[in-house]
Amino acid sequence: MSRPAGQTLAEKVLARSAGVERVVPGEIVEGKVDLAMMHEQGAQTVGPFHEMGADRVWDPDRVVIAIDHWVPASTEGAAVLHRILRKFAAETHLPHFYDVGNHGICHQILAENGWVVPGDLAVGTDSHTNMLGAMGAVATGIGPTEMAAVLALGRLWLKVPPTIRVRVTGTLGRGVTAKDIVLRALGEIKTTGATYKAIEFCGPTIERLTMPERFTLCNMTTEMGAKCGMVSPDATTFDFLRPIAKHPMHPLVPDPDAAYERTVEINVDGMAPMVACPYSPDNVRPLPEVAREHIKVDQVFLGSCTNARIEDIREAAALLKGHHVAPGVRFIVSPASTSIYHQCLTEGLIELFTDAGAVFTNSSCSACFGGNMGILAPDEVCASSSNRNFPGRMGPKEARIYLMSPAATVAAAIRGEIADPREFL
Amino acid sequence: MKTLIEGKVWVLGRDVDTDQIISGKYLTIIDPEELKKHVFEIALPEFARGARRGDVVVADENFGSGSSREHAPQALRAIGVGAIVADSFARIFYRNSINLGIPTIEARGVRAMFEAGDPIRIDMTQGTVTNARSGARLNFPPLPPHLLSLLEAGGLVEKVRSELQARRASAGGPP
Ligand code: SF4
Repeated sequence: MSRPAGQTLAEKVLARSAGVERVVPGEIVEGKVDLAMMHEQGAQTVGPFHEMGADRVWDPDRVVIAIDHWVPASTEGAAVLHRILRKFAAETHLPHFYDVGNHGICHQILAENGWVVPGDLAVGTDSHTNMLGAMGAVATGIGPTEMAAVLALGRLWLKVPPTIRVRVTGTLGRGVTAKDIVLRALGEIKTTGATYKAIEFCGPTIERLTMPERFTLCNMTTEMGAKCGMVSPDATTFDFLRPIAKHPMHPLVPDPDAAYERTVEINVDGMAPMVACPYSPDNVRPLPEVAREHIKVDQVFLGSCTNARIEDIREAAALLKGHHVAPGVRFIVSPASTSIYHQCLTEGLIELFTDAGAVFTNSSCSACFGGNMGILAPDEVCASSSNRNFPGRMGPKEARIYLMSPAATVAAAIRGEIADPREFL
Repeated sequence: MKTLIEGKVWVLGRDVDTDQIISGKYLTIIDPEELKKHVFEIALPEFARGARRGDVVVADENFGSGSSREHAPQALRAIGVGAIVADSFARIFYRNSINLGIPTIEARGVRAMFEAGDPIRIDMTQGTVTNARSGARLNFPPLPPHLLSLLEAGGLVEKVRSELQARRASAGGPP
């Protein structure tokens, strides 16, 4: 009798969460949730939670609240959302609340505090929860009503996704980064290519990436429509998590004979930096080609859950050193968490950026989503290290956003137009 | 849940993301009655004022992509849309919409079958979408039982509420 085919990483994690031996794509399973995260959108969870007649949270030690979109509150509406969450946390005895002063972008808070570990099923009220798949977990975004059900029951229904494998080989050139890999992958898979599916990154290039780089990769699987984006846990994962993991790890790896829907092969030897042009993250072109069009920028944003970790900011600082932001350009730098902000402070990076004419802000989602600060005028252009450039993302629908690596944002800030970061190495 | 849904159609293109359904600047609004005034402000500005209860939204591929904001289907529920039918949906929007009790139907090729204002007829049990003006008809795979039971309960809130009630009753609590 033939043995059933092996399982992908996502299938293994979902089987574990459902308490079964194996699952197959298309099957609906009821998964036990290991970690639930809410940001401001969680304020909309409170109503349905009470309407459901729930009075207690299934496991307060597995719930994290991290406010990030408007921190400190910049509008009355945001202040009300924060207040609803603080009250709810107090009433239902939720101890893990990352409030103003200890705040950061929700996904970064989960990552740097070891809230998600290998083998976990993690859900958050934000679509970029996919980022935490870099831990070897299934991490995915859900809406606030669904979160209310998770808080009440600790469970969630999921359709087991088929998996697309993205195999990356080759060596990145200088000035070419994990962001360029994921943009390249987006250019191939497109914004709908992985809808309802899992993405599994593998191959020698991925194995050499650091955790922050893997976060960047998995973060933008959301733009491919994916349910989750994952990297198999290895020594890099364990070294990162060992000192900070909040819960025991259950590392799982895909079977060698796992069945993938398809494999996308990417070789990065000689690959140029990439840029996603308006108005879609999959409108990807090699950056040198776009640079030849001399596209002037009004604003440059180095921030967001995709690329505002200390490594990103250090790399950007190294390029900026000795240069000044071009006249007429606003360069906004927003670290992804308060602890990163603090690191920047001790390393003298805040001084370096502000001396060069940038504005270095408090940690938050900042200009990423067009609802807080760094909003564009209709005819303006922004070079950004974030993850979305749909119409209206940074305010008016006409404004044009180009997505790129942190290094490339610095090149744009110095030149005042989209430029190849390798010219500044 | 009604098994036969009839209404007037509003049509949208492909890749209508959540920013185009409810813009980021309205995300601090919680009241659905307030939210619904801004629905499709970018994609179809005349919708918010012109749509009537029972109207049906028909869209092309990848409807509701982008963020996890439930504001998007909430605003559509507040308008009272009878159903949302699209060639395909982005996954979080699809879940949110079903969880809110809105009949959400994936029917490949549906956008091409309708013009704005056409009368639509959706048979949930047969799995058919019909354009009552042109007579064109399309089959869609019926929803899996789990999702149908969610819609039948009126959404996730109602479903969990009865589950919690049943749990308390079997735990021998007060009658
Ligand atoms: S930084 Fe941007 S993409 Fe990330 S959670 Fe905040 S708004 Fe969303």
